[in-house]
Amino acid sequence: MAHSGVPRVEADEVAAPRIVRRMTLTRAAVGGAIFALVVAACGGAASPAPSTAPGTTPAPGDTPAASVSLGETSLGSNESDEQPKAAVQSLVDYCQTSTGASIKVNVNDHNTFQNQISSYLQGTPDDIVKWFAGNRLRFFADQGLLSPIDDVWAEVGSNYSDAFKVASTGNDGKLYFVPNINYPWVVMYRKSVFTEKGYAVPTTLAEFKTLGDKMLADGIAPLAFGDLDGWPAMGTFDILNMRLNGYDFHVGLMAGTEKWSDPRVKAVFQLWAELLPYFQAGAPGRTWQDAAKAMIVDKTAGMYFLGTFAAQQAPTPADVADIGFFPFPTLGNQYDSEKAIDAPIDGFMLSANPKNPEAAKAFLKCVATAAAQKIYTATSAGDVATVKDADTSGYNDVQKAAAAIIADSGRIAQFLDRDARADFAGPSGMQGFLLSFLNDPKQNLDTFLGGIQSYYDSLPPQQ
Amino acid sequence: MSSTRTPAPPTGGAGVRRSGRKFSVLTGQDRVVLGLMVGIPTFMVVFFVIIPMIASTILSFTQWNGIGGFAAIKFVGLQNYIDLVTVYIPFFPALTHNLIWLGFFLFIATPIGIFFAVLLDKEMRGTRFYQGALYLPVVLSLAIVGFIWQLQYAPEQGLINNVLGTTRQDNLISWLGDPSLNLWAVLVAASWRHVGYVMILYLAGLKSVDPTLKEAAAIDGAGEVDTFRRVVFPVMRPINIVILVITVIESLRAFDLAFIVNKGLNGLELLSTLVTNNIIGETSRIGFGSAIAVVLLVVSVGPILFYLTRALREDNP
Repeated sequence: MAHSGVPRVEADEVAAPRIVRRMTLTRAAVGGAIFALVVAACGGAASPAPSTAPGTTPAPGDTPAASVSLGETSLGSNESDEQPKAAVQSLVDYCQTSTGASIKVNVNDHNTFQNQISSYLQGTPDDIVKWFAGNRLRFFADQGLLSPIDDVWAEVGSNYSDAFKVASTGNDGKLYFVPNINYPWVVMYRKSVFTEKGYAVPTTLAEFKTLGDKMLADGIAPLAFGDLDGWPAMGTFDILNMRLNGYDFHVGLMAGTEKWSDPRVKAVFQLWAELLPYFQAGAPGRTWQDAAKAMIVDKTAGMYFLGTFAAQQAPTPADVADIGFFPFPTLGNQYDSEKAIDAPIDGFMLSANPKNPEAAKAFLKCVATAAAQKIYTATSAGDVATVKDADTSGYNDVQKAAAAIIADSGRIAQFLDRDARADFAGPSGMQGFLLSFLNDPKQNLDTFLGGIQSYYDSLPPQQ
Repeated sequence: MSSTRTPAPPTGGAGVRRSGRKFSVLTGQDRVVLGLMVGIPTFMVVFFVIIPMIASTILSFTQWNGIGGFAAIKFVGLQNYIDLVTVYIPFFPALTHNLIWLGFFLFIATPIGIFFAVLLDKEMRGTRFYQGALYLPVVLSLAIVGFIWQLQYAPEQGLINNVLGTTRQDNLISWLGDPSLNLWAVLVAASWRHVGYVMILYLAGLKSVDPTLKEAAAIDGAGEVDTFRRVVFPVMRPINIVILVITVIESLRAFDLAFIVNKGLNGLELLSTLVTNNIIGETSRIGFGSAIAVVLLVVSVGPILFYLTRALREDNP
């Protein structure tokens, strides 16, 4: 609420990979106010980049408007931070020119948009809506708040791998989503620190523990960790579960076909409890930004497991260039070869009653092209294109490494709050449960997991 | 607004007209004015308080995700309440925290505010500075108070841990992350603001106390403490009741700080944050959230009725 009113900020924050967006609404508002004051005080110097005003008018010039004009459509975007906002605008500018549609972008505050998505989609939403793939998409598709876009996929489908198609498909088998970008959850570290101290990148859990012991002896926390916002711990659960029990079990658990009271889930928490000494202490009271700074700026932590967007906490480009990353170590079981990771997908969907479906679909088709995604990823560092024929020539080092890790992964999950139902993943559910575990890892796990399962069972049936 | 007025005057007007016939004291204009004065507040109370209250209560017996209109609402009887007390783990902590909040405000924050007011009433040197310093937090919105205290309590960068030297991996104090500490940490932040609020109200009251009363007490040999306890405090009864009511209301509507810190999770559960977490968001459980809201309503109505009836009775002996 303050957040009033703003609740449920949570889970969703994961969704969007960039910095500020994860700030709570309040902090963003306060920060914004302070920033505004400072800027005003300084004589209002720097105004943020994109000089193009959100395109209310058809792309000027180039296109002979009369011949190809598809008319006006609108795009509701949750990208309120500077970098992704500019990326969306450059994508829209490109697609306006190439399709002849005129697209009006309505930018909404990230957290507010997520909290209000349900009433937004029921009201008079924009034709095109920026959103997330997976269960978070399926829920709204089930409620009839989205239009199926199988016709768009008939044209662009060959440019996406099966994993993206599955993530874009509703429970009714129809397609509802066009993927734009994704980004992996990986272990990040500072290359200079590793060189200086003679650390080696661990590939197995045993190597990871050895490295962790060495770091503890050197007086630094092996893994930075902050879970004040409730969602970062979900990524840790995801990767431990996939490494220990395999991708299929993980997906079943997220979908509700496997039980939280299963002994295999208990094993995940036992493993996590065993690894907790390697995690930065006091995680429930630390924001993910502070945890990122502990690794990147203060160097009081050696590594950090998070989405690649954590690199945006680096103060200078040189610091960004110094950040290396690798997939979470394997455990030495039959699931090692799956190389499963979380790589959340962002993209666009079509609302239930678009005013101009032709123009909106033309935009969606445009998003599925290598040229359009190249333009987007050029502005949004850390994100990776999703199409098969992606043009990666413009990638920075982080993007190159991220793309290589995603390409090398045999199984790709999204993230707990995208794979599981939102009311289960939210603050009343898993966010609270995971915090309770982190505060008291020695608690009776059977009671703990039984409580999770009872909560899951008490939720109303999803259609 | 115009629609608000239409239904109102007839109701108020009817009663007035009857009495008007008997005494013919009221002109037509009087009736309209009275009708509006009674009608508009009545309308607002009915539409913005009573009806939502009844609607929430009805919704608390249903299951609804907020999508699809009334047809999608499914009645489930007492199921929400049963889930609340059996499987919803945060419920009892939230109830407890609300009561702790109330107790802390009643027995610690409010008395400190009164104490400051009495001290500042002594016209000591720099009293204006102290007044300003203590009152400053009241001017800030709770959102900003939350932001300020989050910076103080931050694990590595925060002022408090740096002053205490507790920023290392082995001795770190997680003020906002440790569920046995964070409620108290947030209560300190909330009190920082509440103390100033109570102080300024009480100080205004103290200024209006007739100084001859204090002089008379002093002449009769009463010390400072006795003068306050037996003379000043009883004279201040109307202000005391206002402060009591304000304290209770502030405690029960506690929400902002806990929500700003971590959405009211992990030791900061309050009934209000649970309502929000269930109702607002991507997928809402309107019925379940309403059930929690009804519990909060019942908890709130108790003390408010108690004090109001007491206050009204004593004012009209």
